[in-house]
Amino acid sequence: MITLSHYLALGAILFCLSIAGIFINRKNVIILLMCIELMLLSVNINFVAFSKFLGILDGQVFVFFILTVAAAESAIGLAILVVLFRSRRTINVEELDTLRG
Amino acid sequence: MTISLLLFYLFAGVTISAAVGVVISRNPVHAALFLVLAFVSTSGLWVLLHAEFLAMVLIVVYVGAVMVLFLFVVMMLDIKVDPLREGFARYLPIGLLVAGIMLFQMLTLLSAKYFGVSFDPMAKTPANYSNTEEIGLLLFTKYAVPFELASVVLLVAAIAAVVLTLRKREGVKTQDPSAQVLVTKAQRLKIVSMEASVPQPLSIPDAASAAAVDANPGASK
Repeated sequence: MITLSHYLALGAILFCLSIAGIFINRKNVIILLMCIELMLLSVNINFVAFSKFLGILDGQVFVFFILTVAAAESAIGLAILVVLFRSRRTINVEELDTLRG
Repeated sequence: MTISLLLFYLFAGVTISAAVGVVISRNPVHAALFLVLAFVSTSGLWVLLHAEFLAMVLIVVYVGAVMVLFLFVVMMLDIKVDPLREGFARYLPIGLLVAGIMLFQMLTLLSAKYFGVSFDPMAKTPANYSNTEEIGLLLFTKYAVPFELASVVLLVAAIAAVVLTLRKREGVKTQDPSAQVLVTKAQRLKIVSMEASVPQPLSIPDAASAAAVDANPGASK
């Protein structure tokens, strides 16, 4: 029998994997964006599991909105990436220190 | 072990393996394709949870649009991968350490003791239940305003992406529709005032003498 813990554990594993990915691939902006997508996916898994478990569909509506925002975020992120690559010829995070933050 | 539990383990295993592939793959194209695999197997999990609409949306929107956009960008940019992999071995221990501690904490909290309430997704749902219809009802009544705001977010994102990546190149002959529409008659048609003049008739040599010469060639000798 599937329990709620199964889904929550899957979401936790995915979230921690994407955290590790952000730590490991900290120079490649594209992989960082992909890891953010994975994180949002793990959050969505939790939302859907809780929605099914509680029998309330509002969680699935929230997943819908998260998908919308994630699509917008990745579109703008990739646009910024293209502009960045056009001007600096690199996507290495280490070299993108123009703002001296 | 029921069939749904078996399917859950199958899809969850594929999802986690694909996530590992995203994190450790050297080529960004491979990482994007692994991410596609993770999305597809997650949509299988959502079908197990009877969230069919979201499963289809995940495939259509994510795999169909967002990941294709990712692949486009990855293939369009000429990326040298090797400098981007420099810190891989150096940051691997700390990354695994942080992720492992977080995972331990989360799994402790989420263990079967607290959240192990079992639910069989196949059990309670009647045969004529339509997930899409229910979500549609909820989306256009209770969440109508957020739905419209989501469309505004998408519109802003589309405009922002276009504005960010648009660039004017010099020396390219392109049409400018707004300038074309705003053209007035005075810019195209020029009326010149000039004197009216009668064209002079062509001057013709003396016809009679020429005819006489032609008709009687021997006369002049």
